[in-house]
Amino acid sequence: MKLKQLEGLLGNLEQFSCPKIELEQYPTSAHIASRMLFSAEKTFGDVTGKVVADFGCGCGTLGIAAALLDADYIVGVDIDAQSLETASVNAEDMEVELNLMQCDINNLNWRGQFIDTAIMNPPFGTRKKGADMNFLSVALKVATRAVYSLHKTSTRDHVKKMALRDCDATSAEVLCELRFDVPQLYKFHKKKEVDIAVDLWRFVPPKDQERVVKTFSPHQ
Amino acid sequence: MRLLTHNMLSCNIKGVTNGFPLRIEVEKSMEKEVDFNIDFLKSIFSKVEWTALVEAARSLGYNDLPEEVVDSSTMLESSDFLKKFHHALLELHLEEGALICPETGRRFPVNKGIPNMLLHEDEV
Repeated sequence: MKLKQLEGLLGNLEQFSCPKIELEQYPTSAHIASRMLFSAEKTFGDVTGKVVADFGCGCGTLGIAAALLDADYIVGVDIDAQSLETASVNAEDMEVELNLMQCDINNLNWRGQFIDTAIMNPPFGTRKKGADMNFLSVALKVATRAVYSLHKTSTRDHVKKMALRDCDATSAEVLCELRFDVPQLYKFHKKKEVDIAVDLWRFVPPKDQERVVKTFSPHQ
Repeated sequence: MRLLTHNMLSCNIKGVTNGFPLRIEVEKSMEKEVDFNIDFLKSIFSKVEWTALVEAARSLGYNDLPEEVVDSSTMLESSDFLKKFHHALLELHLEEGALICPETGRRFPVNKGIPNMLLHEDEV
């Protein structure tokens, strides 16, 4: 599949009908999602034929993008029932299989080493401090191969330090800087649409770690 | 919810040590055909907790899996075995029902195929 095709398909997905600010629900644009999954596959071979987890999957955009690039099994996790319902409808419309689960990422308890690659657009941690790092920490424990995530460019140094020092990631690399369009979803947004600079990261999880997911919440 | 997902899940209540496998309570189950993918089955096999899969499949009314897999390299060459494994792992769905923690008896509901693993405040 070509990048433009993938972006086109993702553009048809339904997004949050009434986004919840406490969860920092911002849709992942088709532009970003397609580039994220496309480089994960074309540059690193981390998607096709892999078991993929989408953490904080929301309406399922990233998970569906993985499915369209022929991931073998995809699990989408979100805390919000409404989003999961939309994700389920989206998957059905696109005729792909998403395995959905309602769970708080901080209380995830998975056994085995099923997940090759984690992909996510976590909350930026603007409303709830540390939320972004909690997602990253869990993803690095669950995934055996790679973690792809979006974080505000303004937090780049912090993200790198947390990943390498606190989560023992083998590597942490910014693949590119993207513009995240945040449409005027919430009343407190004064401007119609703002661009936020975000980094697309690729992390390699620690090798041979004992893969028991324990909650690690540095800011709680 | 497919049984591969079930095989990953254990009870996430704080302090629970024997939270796997979650027992399945069925209100409604279904079967959905998916493409047969030999490479996937072979690579995922070693990660699957076999007894948990056998029991889960049985609770959804599928009894054709062998109790034990003694010689996995031979079994994984058998198309008959792979078909059964494929069916149990990927085609059986729990649509409505619950997952029950073997240690505490806590019920995690499953609605529209989506397990709800959210915890109450006193369980975190």
